[in-house]
Amino acid sequence: MVEKVADFLAEGEADYEYMMVESEHSAMAAALGVSMMGARAFTATSSQGLMYMAEMLNYTSGGRHPVVMVNANRALAIPWNIYGDHSDAMAMRDCGWIMLFAESGQEALDMVIQAYKIAEDKDVMLPVMVNVDGFTLTHTYDVVDIPEQELVDAYLPSFDTANKMCLEHPKTLCHSVGPDYYTEAKIAQQEAFEVAKAKIVACDEEFEAMFGRGYGGLIEEYCCDDAEYALVAMGGTVGTVRDVVDELRAAGEKVGLIKIRGFRPFPEEYFQSVKSKFKAMGVIDRSLCFGVGGTVFGEVKSALYGSEMGLKGFVLGLGGRDISVDMIKEMFAELKECPAGEYSDQPIFVGRRW
Amino acid sequence: MNKPVWLKDYVMPTTKEEVPFGASNEAGFLVFKNAGFRSMKPSINTDVCIKCMMCWVYCPEGCIDKTGETLKIDYDYCKGCGICAKECPKQCISMVKEDEA
Repeated sequence: MVEKVADFLAEGEADYEYMMVESEHSAMAAALGVSMMGARAFTATSSQGLMYMAEMLNYTSGGRHPVVMVNANRALAIPWNIYGDHSDAMAMRDCGWIMLFAESGQEALDMVIQAYKIAEDKDVMLPVMVNVDGFTLTHTYDVVDIPEQELVDAYLPSFDTANKMCLEHPKTLCHSVGPDYYTEAKIAQQEAFEVAKAKIVACDEEFEAMFGRGYGGLIEEYCCDDAEYALVAMGGTVGTVRDVVDELRAAGEKVGLIKIRGFRPFPEEYFQSVKSKFKAMGVIDRSLCFGVGGTVFGEVKSALYGSEMGLKGFVLGLGGRDISVDMIKEMFAELKECPAGEYSDQPIFVGRRW
Repeated sequence: MNKPVWLKDYVMPTTKEEVPFGASNEAGFLVFKNAGFRSMKPSINTDVCIKCMMCWVYCPEGCIDKTGETLKIDYDYCKGCGICAKECPKQCISMVKEDEA
């Protein structure tokens, strides 16, 4: 991805400074430094690279510097595996970054533009990780509309912040704080995430008004109005579930799709609002929270506290294994068999060999 | 000495608006005595001291003050490591308990 960014510069299609460093840890440290000087910073990473920059992710979020990064979601070693799943992002889910998940190439592009507007909002000031499924989105061709520069500039004007270094007002950067004030710094971050919930929706609505493409903010419901069974998905898998919902709907089945677009902040209010809407809800996880189960399922279950719906946590698509139409149909079939009030306490592996 | 001074009249913030945003603040902003965990502190016998400045060279915190007639120790910075006492060729620096002398 950053190689393509370099191509744009080399071919004179864009105007920015390009910095080469020796590692992902240094890449995030450099992006943080750039942001500390008040400039916009972008980088991209994936899998082991995200793990390697882990330390700097918390520096960036704790310092409240609005860096934007694309993470190509891929599995973590070991066994060594380069293919797609959500293990990398989920391992970093508490690093203080806003985390958005794109469904398509077009949404990934639009999400990066939106990400700067969200990140740089003076009441938010949090870095944003735009998650794009490795291989299924990053290594496939997709027809994408690249918006006009003037329109993007109108949507995203240049920004300024007092949270930067300048020679007129020297600062201590990344200061230390003892036990007496650290808690309050973390409370401030938590409050910013609450503010971000509304800002993510507002930035998406404004984007739709200007560019004609909107994505629902934190959540998109698809065919959920009269649905009895709903599947929750994130990332590229959403597109396949969408097709299966269309197919099953045509056959008269009352099924729906819930797309989580904003994973951090987590749309808890949405799930509270639908806790008695469906007969059963299933969650598709492409990562494992070892010793617990599907990572997203745990969060959905927590947000649905007090719900009487049947709940099932499915784990599939690990290490790049295809998520097929048949697997999605199988999950909907399982939901229909799930009695009210029952929930899976163990992850249900779909498409396993044995 | 040419280093930030402990702002003894600083009032600690009581609202979030008073706290520096993020993790950056105005330079030279020292709101605590930077020596709270010391149990032993160095004491110079200035009658024996020949001002050879070995303690000044070795002190890792730069808290030997040479601006006056005799050498003084900045106890707002001194961590009580004892390096000055170890290095003093005249052995005129002794480590004493924090609550004594």
